[in-house]
Amino acid sequence: MFETRPSSVQHPTEHRFNPYEMNGGTIVGVAGEDFAVVASDTRLSEGYSILSRDNPHLYQVLPKTVMGSVGFHGDCITFNKTLQIRLRMYEYENNKKASTPAVAQLVSTMLYSRRFFPYYVNTIIAGLTNDGQGCVYSYDPVGSYEREVYRAGGSSAALIQPLLDSQLGQKNQGSFELNRSYTVKMSKEEVVALVKDIYTSATERDIYTGDAVFINVITKDGVVTEHFKLRRD
Amino acid sequence: MSIMSYNGGSVVAMAGKNCVAIASDKRFGIQYSTVSMEFPKIFEMGPQLYLGLAGLATDVQTVSQRLRFRLNLYELQENRHIKPKTFSSMVSNLLYEKRFGPYFIEPIIAGLDPKTSEPFISVMDLIGQPCISKDFAVIGTANEQLYGMCETLWQPDLEPSDLFETISQALMNAFDRDSYSGWGAVVYVIEKDKVTVRELKTRMD
Amino acid sequence: MSGLIKEPEVGGFSFENCKRNEYLMTKGGFTVPKAIKTGTTIAGVIFKDGVVLGADTRATDGNIVAEKNCHKIHYIAPNIYCCGAGTAADTEYTTRMVASQLELHRLNSGRQVRVVSANRLLRQYLFRYQGHVSAALVLGGVDINGPYLGSIHPHGSSDRLPYVTMGSGSLAAMAVFEDRYKPDMSEEEAKELVADGIRAGIFNDLGSGSNVDLCVITKDRAEMIRPYHVANERGVKQGNYLYKRETTQVLKKFEKKVHYEVMSTNVKEIRPAAETMEIA
Repeated sequence: MFETRPSSVQHPTEHRFNPYEMNGGTIVGVAGEDFAVVASDTRLSEGYSILSRDNPHLYQVLPKTVMGSVGFHGDCITFNKTLQIRLRMYEYENNKKASTPAVAQLVSTMLYSRRFFPYYVNTIIAGLTNDGQGCVYSYDPVGSYEREVYRAGGSSAALIQPLLDSQLGQKNQGSFELNRSYTVKMSKEEVVALVKDIYTSATERDIYTGDAVFINVITKDGVVTEHFKLRRD
Repeated sequence: MSIMSYNGGSVVAMAGKNCVAIASDKRFGIQYSTVSMEFPKIFEMGPQLYLGLAGLATDVQTVSQRLRFRLNLYELQENRHIKPKTFSSMVSNLLYEKRFGPYFIEPIIAGLDPKTSEPFISVMDLIGQPCISKDFAVIGTANEQLYGMCETLWQPDLEPSDLFETISQALMNAFDRDSYSGWGAVVYVIEKDKVTVRELKTRMD
Repeated sequence: MSGLIKEPEVGGFSFENCKRNEYLMTKGGFTVPKAIKTGTTIAGVIFKDGVVLGADTRATDGNIVAEKNCHKIHYIAPNIYCCGAGTAADTEYTTRMVASQLELHRLNSGRQVRVVSANRLLRQYLFRYQGHVSAALVLGGVDINGPYLGSIHPHGSSDRLPYVTMGSGSLAAMAVFEDRYKPDMSEEEAKELVADGIRAGIFNDLGSGSNVDLCVITKDRAEMIRPYHVANERGVKQGNYLYKRETTQVLKKFEKKVHYEVMSTNVKEIRPAAETMEIA
């Protein structure tokens, strides 16, 4: 009755469901000469709320292969479950457990298979190569992957990555030699101490990182887990 | 995309023992293409007072000139050098006046008090919320990277030469992980009797 | 403006960049940058003989902590303080401006200012800007009418209550207050209650963090306690991250000497001692 403008200017409103959520969390992976370290904080959040203070974003997919996975928690869980099933199928079909490089390739294939409705996850795979060297692989959500010496992922990735460049990559310190090695020269203990310091620093400035950090050290004898407390605000 | 990262650039300041340092990259770009590698983002506002501006380049220049003008009037009126804290208020007032049509820049003020030689660092958002810090301050497109670096590398009571190493390494490693900053860096270390300006050798990609 | 020699000294906001900025936002397709928010848990309660105000100390810039120990309890008058949440610069400048107006009011009238006056000034100012000055405030004080506590919302509405919370952590803090508030508490009880409310915000709301600040206002004093409680200590670093000197490669280096300003010169003549007589 009160309409003065012609109805032709009205447009339909489209309502859409957003299937993704960012649940925070930070993961770090470092490859050593005969070990690999992968760490994660234990905070799970949504917006300004904490959903859990005790939820490490690490998934042990094989006895000596650990996956760190952050982003949308629902996708992290589903991806991990699907990966475990695929790895069991691998074991039955090939009569052996998959090596870490094989897991790495499988993860890439699985991520790319969802190219147009991706798993909203940042992934790091850590483990040992067939000749016992530490190895770390990092991924984007649609499966582009690379073997790397060290990598940070998740909400504090931007804060941590340059620090790893400096402390592990010895960047900007006068040497321009290309590092052809896929591992760092440091010992397990040094790497673990560095990872702890990195998390205390990241927790200071990133609201989505905190509560505690789980550090997994993978050697030929298996996985040892260390627990370290962070601030909880 | 945010207008704050249209031209790129980062600034960091750190406090040491009786000294402060302020450093910036030298890139001036238009989105992903680099236009110049000689774009200063740190401005001398007094013998021991420096201003760093990051954000939209046109506003970096406008604000620096506006502040220089207001500062000149202040110094003519008062016949003395401005205190860093007073200058910080001056910057804050200039920015908050434009609350509803802001300049797209964030400033860092670093200096020593002209009388007591006490270190001073303050940082603001684009509408002039001042925040005086005792340790370090970071702004610009590489701010997250710089927070991570500074939070780990900084320690209290650094001597001038150690402060130089710390701030330089923090800046270089931070902007190497940011595509909008880099291409050279300049570091000012401000001490009681001298200011040392160094240009750094950095990656040029 | 650029053609003028002297900038005209007028108060209030300047809108000279608005057209340009709107052009950049619409034509350039850029997003509007965000100012630093306080995130914040702020709260207050009335007790037997006054008011306790409380605040956390974190300021955030998106997912990054911009400041770990910022002031959120602002001075209004000797008997009035005000906690601010929202855009940090707005809370700072709004309270500062009202503080100066009330100081003039106090000097003009020669009386202690009333909290209702502060409340009205803040309300009218915020209403004028229709919520664009985004300050959410908890106002508390004691005047001739006794203790006053109330909240003011960014659009200019206000209410007066015996216990209030605001900011992103307001629900966490209010949960504590709803559970434990009772009328006529002692000062110590009230301080602990407010601190517990703020701590609930600090630990359960990601926008709030670091320390608890309190301000206790009674008939004859106002006391800022900063920090009241350091709720979070920074973790201790295990490694040493000092680089060896001369690690960084320097292309060019030059030093500028700082010349001292000579304020006055005073030359004192040293006279030779009077010659002693030789005794020989």
